[in-house]
Amino acid sequence: MATPTMDKLEALEADNGSHLITVTFRVRRFNPEVSADAVWEDFQLAIDPKERVLDALHKIKWELDGSLTFRRSCAHGICGSDAMRINGKNRLACKTLIKDINPEKPITVEAIKGLTVLKDLVVDMEPFFQAYRDVMPFLVTTGNEPTRERLQSAEDRERFDDTTKCILCAACTSSCPVFWNDGQYFGPAAIVNAHRFIFDSRDEAGEQRLEILNDKDGVWRCRTTFNCTDACPRGIEVTKAIQEVKRALITRRF
Amino acid sequence: MKIHKYDTVIVGAGGAGMRAAIESTKRSRTAVLTKLYPTRSHTGAAQGGMAAALANVEEDNWEWHTFDTIKGGDYLVDQDAAEILAKEAIDSVLDLEKMGLPFNRTPDGTIDQRRFGGHSRNHGEAPVRRSCYAADRTGHMILQTLYQNCVKEGVEFFNEFYVLDQLIVEVDGVKHSAGVVAFELATGEIHIFQAKAVIYASGGTGKFFKVTSNAHTLTGDGQAACYRRGLPLEDMEFFQFHPTGIWRMGILLTEGARGEGGILRNKDGERFMEKYAPVMKDLASRDVVSRSIYTEIREGRGCGPEGDHVYLDLTHLPPEQLDAKLPDITEFARTYLGIEPYTDPIPIQPTAHYAMGGIPTNVEGEVLSDNTTVVPGLYAAGEVACVSVHGANRLGTNSLLDINVFGRRAGIAAAEYSHKADFVELPENPASLVEETVERLRNSTGTERVAVIRNELQECMDANVMVFRTEQTIKTAVEKIAELRERYKNVSIQDKGKRFNTDLLEAIELGNLLDLAEVMATSALARKESRGGHYREDFPNRDDVNFMRHTMAYREVGDDGSESIRLDYKPVVQTRYQPMERKY
Repeated sequence: MATPTMDKLEALEADNGSHLITVTFRVRRFNPEVSADAVWEDFQLAIDPKERVLDALHKIKWELDGSLTFRRSCAHGICGSDAMRINGKNRLACKTLIKDINPEKPITVEAIKGLTVLKDLVVDMEPFFQAYRDVMPFLVTTGNEPTRERLQSAEDRERFDDTTKCILCAACTSSCPVFWNDGQYFGPAAIVNAHRFIFDSRDEAGEQRLEILNDKDGVWRCRTTFNCTDACPRGIEVTKAIQEVKRALITRRF
Repeated sequence: MKIHKYDTVIVGAGGAGMRAAIESTKRSRTAVLTKLYPTRSHTGAAQGGMAAALANVEEDNWEWHTFDTIKGGDYLVDQDAAEILAKEAIDSVLDLEKMGLPFNRTPDGTIDQRRFGGHSRNHGEAPVRRSCYAADRTGHMILQTLYQNCVKEGVEFFNEFYVLDQLIVEVDGVKHSAGVVAFELATGEIHIFQAKAVIYASGGTGKFFKVTSNAHTLTGDGQAACYRRGLPLEDMEFFQFHPTGIWRMGILLTEGARGEGGILRNKDGERFMEKYAPVMKDLASRDVVSRSIYTEIREGRGCGPEGDHVYLDLTHLPPEQLDAKLPDITEFARTYLGIEPYTDPIPIQPTAHYAMGGIPTNVEGEVLSDNTTVVPGLYAAGEVACVSVHGANRLGTNSLLDINVFGRRAGIAAAEYSHKADFVELPENPASLVEETVERLRNSTGTERVAVIRNELQECMDANVMVFRTEQTIKTAVEKIAELRERYKNVSIQDKGKRFNTDLLEAIELGNLLDLAEVMATSALARKESRGGHYREDFPNRDDVNFMRHTMAYREVGDDGSESIRLDYKPVVQTRYQPMERKY
């Protein structure tokens, strides 16, 4: 076996989760059944800083206040349920370790912006998925199907690899200032999913998707602020993908 | 209360549910109910691939795949079903490619394939490249591709609708499905979905374990809804522990890591799998590898100060290979452990992963109410079901295959049934059980907390019915579960509201987990042999004379309202493969 950097592993292993620290979580609460106003509420927890923000939210829900409401499922950054605004930045609660976001100060947690808050950290996802559905997010082909698979070179497959990683968590779209100001804008996630098909060599509806995104609420609204790229928990170069779609609209080459 | 009428209702929108929906929507008026959003389903967490004998990179055929599946399942597999699985695998993969799935490609542009545990050339000679994959996010790509095609087909979804009850009505002495009762999370409203056909595709039940690769939401809702209404559950004692979960967290690290050449090592750096499986080594079947890991740990060769894990070593693989083939799992190691897989081995331990058992069905996806009788209008597919193609231990890459093959079959069968069948009349007060459950929990002033009971259940299951079991440990579990079920009656919730009441949701989910844990432990206690994922230290050998049969567990309610479990057994379908000793 290659000699591991044993110091790091030993440090990891010697730490038996016993180093609890006290952290304040400042959570934006909203429940229209109780009050029309949103309020900040503080919760103090003794927690291992290597735990996830999602673990902290669970600790609050399970030990302190069962009414705290948020979506979550897989808890390791794959399902896209728990995008939220943590210390002012869009992240997945299950992919953010407490130690990485300065637990010495209160950690703020609030719903993502630009979508209607329904309760606490839960927002209405419908406009987000509608924009996704509007870009024809599926393979379109014509002619007879081959009996075996369609052939695609490894290079052609690589061309759109980055945008296949999207988990539709809305972290990008809800970090976009244009989207905040105008809910009509398709938003980065829909464009990413259009990109995934426009640049797939097997697909034949690229022109149609480009026309959809040529609309006044399409790609031209993007102001290239890179918020979306910073926010993406999957490391997708979102702004680059949007630029590639813009370029394809001008050159009609993709 | 709202009443909806559909030809076909599908419960769950993961791989099996959406594969079924694509078929049934083309043929019948279909509604898909999910307690999440479709793209949140746990199919998306599957990593390594989907098996099919495409023979794109080396010689292979579906007969070898059938044999591996049967051997992998320790001969508890129904062999007719395994043959269908392996045969239809090829078209299943090609269908997904045509739907747009971006598989990795060979230099010729065909779908690339890699090695996976238990998949072999010519009946066990050597590992074979059979797993079709998209990096280490094959499940993600399947889930996205199926959702994309559901959008294309205009599938009608009811998102965040939680199905709490299965309506069963006896017609001429035969149990029929009349529909389901669902709870709308956003409003707290109860909905009746009357349907000619209902398909369960609601996934597994891994959350009764603590260290698990399963999502928080995998709480056996479909199994519990059917079981409560008197339908049996098959082979629930068989649960798979995946060898490589991230130490303490249980997050899955794909078997594809070993398929790409990764090696398991103990604290002395020894490649210990050579001792246990001389031919397949690190790519032996999952039950074998998980037991080997725990044997190393028990014999003092585990890693770390507490000697409670081993290493998955990828450090000898080129970084470019890790980046191209295993980008997600290497990132998990960086994010959650802070270690660099290029240079450091990854601490791992077995993690509760997959329920081989579930709602019994035949190969058309029709649910059975006993060993042979079909429940007209009721179907199940995917992890919630037990066909049984996985027997006592599922092979890696056979679950993504299962959801596609049997999801498709169930979707077609249910829609075709709805053409010839009439609606079954709803029972009187169809929502009564759900209303009672919801009101009881919402109004309870009990002193027990959901999280406390759930945590005790998970710790009890990890300690007593995991990789190694004995009569003593299983009895301990049975007693503890009985105690927790008593205490659950006294559980209360804090959120009394109607809107997005996830406090209430978690309480209902816990009730399901407790019911299913009891079935699992009771079934395990009665199976006095070791087979696949069920290993009894007090009965270390497979006993084909007494236990070559499926367990069928029924809920019985006495005249005094007392509940008990009745166990029965069902023969295994054997066609061409005689049971042999299983060696890797």
